[in-house]
Amino acid sequence: MNKFLKFRQLYQLIKAHFLELMREPAVLFWGIVFPILMSLGLGVAFSTKQDVIRKMGIIKTTNSIVADTSTFIGNFLVKNTSKEYHAGDKTTYYSFKIKNEKLGNTTFFFQETNWKDAIVALKRGKFNVVMEEKNKKISYFFDPGNPDAQLTYIKISKFFESKDYIYQEKTDQIKMLSLEGTRYIDFLIPGLIAMGIMMSTMWGISYTIIERRSKKFLRRMVSTPMKKSHLLISIIIVRFMMNFIEAALLYIFAYFVFDIHIQGSIPALLMVFIAGNIAFAGIAVFISSNTSKTEIGNGLINVVVMPMMVLSGIFFSYHNFPEWFIPIIQKFPLTIMADDIRSIFIEGAGFAETALHSMMLTITGIVFFAAGVKYFKWY
Amino acid sequence: MIIEARDIYKSFKAVHAVNGISLSIAEGQFVALLGPNGAGKTTLVEMIEGIQQPDKGEILIAGKKWKGNEDALHHIIGLSLQETYFIDKLTVHETLCLFASFYDERKTRVAEVIDLIGLEEKKKSYVVNLSGGQRQRLTLGIALLNHPKVLILDEPTTGLDPNARREIWKILLELKKKSNTSLLLTTHYMEEAEQLCDYIIIMDKGSILKEGSVTQLLNKEKGSKTIEFELEGIYETIAPAETLPGIFWDNKTQKGSFQLFDMGKDMQAFLHILEENNLRIKNLECRRKSLDDLFTSLTGRHLHE
Repeated sequence: MNKFLKFRQLYQLIKAHFLELMREPAVLFWGIVFPILMSLGLGVAFSTKQDVIRKMGIIKTTNSIVADTSTFIGNFLVKNTSKEYHAGDKTTYYSFKIKNEKLGNTTFFFQETNWKDAIVALKRGKFNVVMEEKNKKISYFFDPGNPDAQLTYIKISKFFESKDYIYQEKTDQIKMLSLEGTRYIDFLIPGLIAMGIMMSTMWGISYTIIERRSKKFLRRMVSTPMKKSHLLISIIIVRFMMNFIEAALLYIFAYFVFDIHIQGSIPALLMVFIAGNIAFAGIAVFISSNTSKTEIGNGLINVVVMPMMVLSGIFFSYHNFPEWFIPIIQKFPLTIMADDIRSIFIEGAGFAETALHSMMLTITGIVFFAAGVKYFKWY
Repeated sequence: MIIEARDIYKSFKAVHAVNGISLSIAEGQFVALLGPNGAGKTTLVEMIEGIQQPDKGEILIAGKKWKGNEDALHHIIGLSLQETYFIDKLTVHETLCLFASFYDERKTRVAEVIDLIGLEEKKKSYVVNLSGGQRQRLTLGIALLNHPKVLILDEPTTGLDPNARREIWKILLELKKKSNTSLLLTTHYMEEAEQLCDYIIIMDKGSILKEGSVTQLLNKEKGSKTIEFELEGIYETIAPAETLPGIFWDNKTQKGSFQLFDMGKDMQAFLHILEENNLRIKNLECRRKSLDDLFTSLTGRHLHE
């Protein structure tokens, strides 16, 4: 086969796959619009200071606790709280607000209840903490494994232990960081770009191959003089192009809306991008190499992408996982790619910091691709 | 011979799909493989197309085996599979251009093929928007792009309405007139085989039952006429008689038939069956024997079962 014919075949295959994608509005929505909406939602949610709500259950003794001003809690509720009815959960609360300009305000809602209802409310996550006062001694009931409940306990117990219920956070000790790259959105955007590459490559390549095999399209294609490798290469190239467009649009959006800048080397970023694409394209070809059932394909793709989505530190740092697990997480291709994109975006990293990781990603992709091609079933 | 298959066997676990079949097709010859679903037609043509490997036997296309000659053979064969999916959101023209690039055929050939398959008005339509018949014509057009020496079509008209089916026949008859292309066609429509092909191979359960030209097949045996009848009332079965062993009753269509070998003797036997079983004739027709009748007389089943 002459070179021109080979090139024409490849060009026609790329054109066909590209046109197919461009003509599918759902592909454009999930690939481009959805990640932008997600970054907008999460970015706004985590960059706007909102009142923190804490809900407490107060165990009643015989009468209403508010009527008994001889108790600490009763006395506090009478003096410091205002009564309000919440139509949403049809409950009357005693509310109390601690104002803090730097950390944001915290509102405490107290509800009189009995033990039976309190247990149900704790189970449903309605109450953070349940309080009970007996013989001038306040006890706090909560799950110590729940960080929200712990924080509520620390704040509210400090308050009840203070003289005349005065609780002051020493705000002069708090220094707001204004360094570039320390906001949550700075952490999130590079992670979203990495996750977008993984999702788009895994679904785009694996699902396309499996679906075409199941509909006997691959069988029809290899019954022609087409060079078999051109079919796989064309699917991969089109996916690279889509990934580039998706990532570039997400970055442009983040640049204008959240003022995010790439502090490190752009060529290094391109290298990580290409290496990440190779890694996931290889894995995608491998997992789609044999099956012709789309249901099995769904399962296989999910088995690969779900753990990485949850564990690779896309939305929140993976450093909160147990220490023994972190070195394992750091070996995942998505973790490697997200960490490298993040270090280029917010730490100013370049080739020196990312070259080894990019090589690892590339090798991963090549190994999986070779194994996939070896066991590839055309029909 | 452009296609030669010798003593071909193919099994899938315990099922013997093809059981020692041999066939040969000359240049320019149109051959039909006729048989019901599950007869082994598709397995046989997929082995000839190089998609499946026979367990035993030899297949030669233009004197070449598949092994080591894939590229050369793909260039001279045009085919359509039983079910073919193309990319939904590509137009007819784009789909043909894609396949043309595999054969190094130019846009002028694409235009010729669009004209040949009568899809000029639909050339800018997406594949997903084509009707069943139009999609089948596109499938045929793709098979014809490379001026094939051998055209292999696996049930090209199954599921199409009579008009759409005739459109496909028209294209194939035109091809027969103007080119030296050989055709191997699988079908379970006897009319299709009769209309298009010079030579017919009747298959069932992986074996060849009979083969020859339409005239040869229908004249090989006596009984070139068939009596078809309907009865008053509904019957599951009718009792066979020794004097008329070939009588056949289809309880789905509520129609019966038998071959007429000896007008006087056979009709006498038929009337005797009616009288014995107290049956009353609603309708009776005498017609020329068809391939379907031949298949029924060979297997006791209809072709389209």
